[in-house]
Amino acid sequence: MTTLFGIFLLTLLLITAVAIVRSRNLFISVTLMAIASLLIAANFFLLDAADVALTEAAIGAGISTVLFLGALFLTSEQERSATSRRLLSFAVVAAAALIVIYATFDKPRFGDPQAPVQVHISPWYIEQTRELIEIPNVVTAVLASFRGYDTLGELIVVFTAGIGVLLLFSSGTPSADNRLLFSRLNLGLRRYLIPRVVGRLLVPFILLLGFYVQFHGEYGPGGGFQAGAIIAAAFILYALVEGERRALRVIPQRALLAMMAGGTILYGAVGVAGILLGGRFLDYSVLAADPVQGQQIGILLIEIAVGITVTGVLLSIFHAFAARGR
Amino acid sequence: MISAIVDMASWVLLTLGGISVLIGGIGALRMPDLYTRIHAASLTDSTGAILVLVGIMLQAGWSLETIKLGAILMFLLLTSPTASNALAVTALRDGLRPSALVPKEKTRR
Repeated sequence: MTTLFGIFLLTLLLITAVAIVRSRNLFISVTLMAIASLLIAANFFLLDAADVALTEAAIGAGISTVLFLGALFLTSEQERSATSRRLLSFAVVAAAALIVIYATFDKPRFGDPQAPVQVHISPWYIEQTRELIEIPNVVTAVLASFRGYDTLGELIVVFTAGIGVLLLFSSGTPSADNRLLFSRLNLGLRRYLIPRVVGRLLVPFILLLGFYVQFHGEYGPGGGFQAGAIIAAAFILYALVEGERRALRVIPQRALLAMMAGGTILYGAVGVAGILLGGRFLDYSVLAADPVQGQQIGILLIEIAVGITVTGVLLSIFHAFAARGR
Repeated sequence: MISAIVDMASWVLLTLGGISVLIGGIGALRMPDLYTRIHAASLTDSTGAILVLVGIMLQAGWSLETIKLGAILMFLLLTSPTASNALAVTALRDGLRPSALVPKEKTRR
């Protein structure tokens, strides 16, 4: 039954992907991409990867859609007709697809218990999490503690991407056309009563969900990345409903920049604190007298750091799009 | 005995929910203009969502899952009518008239 449902979802995904490529109207493409993200998220969930599904739904279907719509404000809604390089790009895509299909021949069968990924290191993580960290969600333990270096790297990638977008948007002057559009965006939905009332009603609950996902990451699916996306979504909803200016009054641009850098610094500081207390970089066991408790404190701190940076970066990018017209 | 009745009721609700989603989907494709299409599609999020979610709640029984499903239902009941309303109001402000109000010759082109 699960296999059947998976095939159904993947077929829908394929149809959506073809529709995205074929659609000339970029607005429709953006909407279809949100649908594709939701389908992928459902598929991840079928494969028992709840953490990844949550991330995909929050970032792929939620935040990216808003950012793409923001980008559409700055360009035209229609795609320009394709240039003559069509044959070349088709050849490149076909070659890449053939290589990927050829590579799948070497893959172990789906769910094979003898696959290298099942026997190499996963059993060790699953056993050691119970002994060393004592939290139920092994995904969080792997992400935050065993592979803390990788997550620090990911966070720096997010941080760098935020800086890059801000650099790109800080140059150039907006056209008069955009200024008109964004004066409307500044008003928000203030003249539309029902969306405004419901939007304002929903913001606190979305924030609550964000904090739940943030602090529940050790027990269930969730953590800093997902929580950051959800909290940013709550503020973006507020900005859409009440207008840019009021949202910037809640968290000013400067505070967002401080959040971007502060979260990354906090992550690094936890690592350095480990060194100063006699351990290794990102070794949380020395943070408290009891090594297990130290691990839990460390995971909590770096999850908060990730949440702060992701919220700051996503909101900064959103405001950078919206501030383009001012 | 009771569990069999609850199970049957839940499947009846799930089937009805599935049917109303199907009708909503057909309506969204077949209706003549945007407003009637929104009307048909909103059947999916209102009646369909209520029936399917209550059906699943009956399957879950008295547990934390039921409360979570109830929260999802509340969220959907608040957001999807709002989305339909926002879409319809925006289209109306943009100058799209409902086809029933436009004389026949104009709609045919």
